[in-house]
Amino acid sequence: MYVIGERINGMFKEVRAAIQERNEQVIQNLAKAQLQAGANALDVNVGPAAAEPLEAMVWLVKTIRAVSRAPLAIDTTRAEVMEAGLAEAGPGSIINSTSGQQERLALFLPLAQKYEASVIGLTIDEKGIPRDGAGRTEIALRIVAAAAEHGLEMERLYLDPVILPVNVTQPTPGHVLSALREVRLLSDPPPKTVLGLSNISQGTTQRSLINRTYLVMAIAAGLDAAIMDPLDEELMNAGITAELLLNKQVYCDGYLKAYRSSVLR
Amino acid sequence: MGFEIPVEKWASAVNTVTLGATSAEGGTRTSTVTIGGAATLPFLHFEGEIPHPPVIAMEVLDMEPQGWPEVLSAPFAGVLNDPSAWAKKCAEEFGAEMICLRLASAHPDSLNTGPEEAAKVVKKVLGAVGVPLIIWGCGQADKDNEIMPRASEAAQGENCLLGTATQDNYKTITAACLADGHKLITEAPIDINIQKQVNILVTEMGLEAGRIVMFQATGGLGYGMEYAYSIMERTRLAALGGDKMLSMPMLAVVGPEAWKAKEAKGPQAEFPEWGPEKERGPLWEAMTANCFLHGGTDLLVMWHPKAVELVRGTITGLMRKVAV
Repeated sequence: MYVIGERINGMFKEVRAAIQERNEQVIQNLAKAQLQAGANALDVNVGPAAAEPLEAMVWLVKTIRAVSRAPLAIDTTRAEVMEAGLAEAGPGSIINSTSGQQERLALFLPLAQKYEASVIGLTIDEKGIPRDGAGRTEIALRIVAAAAEHGLEMERLYLDPVILPVNVTQPTPGHVLSALREVRLLSDPPPKTVLGLSNISQGTTQRSLINRTYLVMAIAAGLDAAIMDPLDEELMNAGITAELLLNKQVYCDGYLKAYRSSVLR
Repeated sequence: MGFEIPVEKWASAVNTVTLGATSAEGGTRTSTVTIGGAATLPFLHFEGEIPHPPVIAMEVLDMEPQGWPEVLSAPFAGVLNDPSAWAKKCAEEFGAEMICLRLASAHPDSLNTGPEEAAKVVKKVLGAVGVPLIIWGCGQADKDNEIMPRASEAAQGENCLLGTATQDNYKTITAACLADGHKLITEAPIDINIQKQVNILVTEMGLEAGRIVMFQATGGLGYGMEYAYSIMERTRLAALGGDKMLSMPMLAVVGPEAWKAKEAKGPQAEFPEWGPEKERGPLWEAMTANCFLHGGTDLLVMWHPKAVELVRGTITGLMRKVAV
């Protein structure tokens, strides 16, 4: 389970204020706390309301880099902000994200090569979000082909079948699970998969429970990575336990503790 | 047309552990031993680095062994009642890279010797040889908690390997290890889950993972050998996959276990189809060691010098990097 911590995002009040005031302490505490809790990488997002997104992104990355060398997922739709973030973060970063549209792929895949980064590819195209699992897999195949054309190895490609809130579209969680299963058959070695997990519970009252239940289901369907909240201890425990049950970790009575002290970055 | 061997990309490597301290390091050893560090499965040199070959320690008891067959005691004629002389012979004549001193006499069912005797024999053996030392208790928990701290203290500064910490009895020996700067053997009853748990318990006391060597109570053929092998294999795979609580080098006790079998020591007179016991015994021990080498064992504890010689040849051969 590759955990990308989601907390450094300007849509959260505390982070938005920290970005506005250039308060390093808040950001650095969030970085350290997430890594301590078991995150493998940190998502970095200036948020929708940031006044100068490029400067804000560079400041966020610099601030985190002062306390950690963990891989960073640069989370933005703007190419110039993405490039500034990647340049500041260094090799081994994650491009979060491109869609399946040709122009977007042409814009972001070369950045992956230039900055030695991995890429998250959303299975969305000009027609929007696909209706079902097969629609997602079709776009995934296009992204895989484009990645191959740009010389990007499958180990550096994460396909995101776009999970939506369960109270908005209830069939979608099932479609995403079948996409997760099918995407692994697209190439050998297969591309990896990722989900923006918290999306599934957006607007519901049982956010924690829904998040961790779906994480377990997705891991069983082959999910490799998730953008999620590592500070949600029950969520982390559920994910660790799901991996144990799939024989990906050796059991011992202290297996939860063992996982956290074993996190590879 | 060439054939490309498919190689695995492992996430991590086995820990490296150094045993013994020279005068520059505060001890009196004339040599040190480094084990572990493999970045792939046993001997797959084409796939990853294997920086250190497996090492052979010969076992010395602190009392004359009971019931050893003639084949086994013959090479040690005259020294079996003197641990210093016995250790010296192993190190100088038989090329043992380490000595494993087992404090067998302390066992309540044996001579029930105490902490002072343990400290004394440790000091004597340290004085007799220059190679690093393993100090192994008598196997009875309460007694070991009495003798091991004194034995550990007597060897302070020599960077020995102390044995063993188990799930039910680890606190005293871990504290001794921390106090006197030694390394620690963590033991489990052929159980990978318990092995991992003991490592967690011990590291929670403040002993770094890099100071641990793992021991699954190894049995010879007919006594669980293949089960021990498969656990070693699983453990090594977990280490290479990044499990830090199973990344330590592994130790196997070959001598006592191999020689338990009647196939190792039964006289030809009684078992004519088995051939001469003079060759059979050492071969049995050597083949047991070979099995564990392929499971990933980094440190073998052995008895018969002929078996040691055979296994040393095997290790040399397996460590040769052949062009593929």
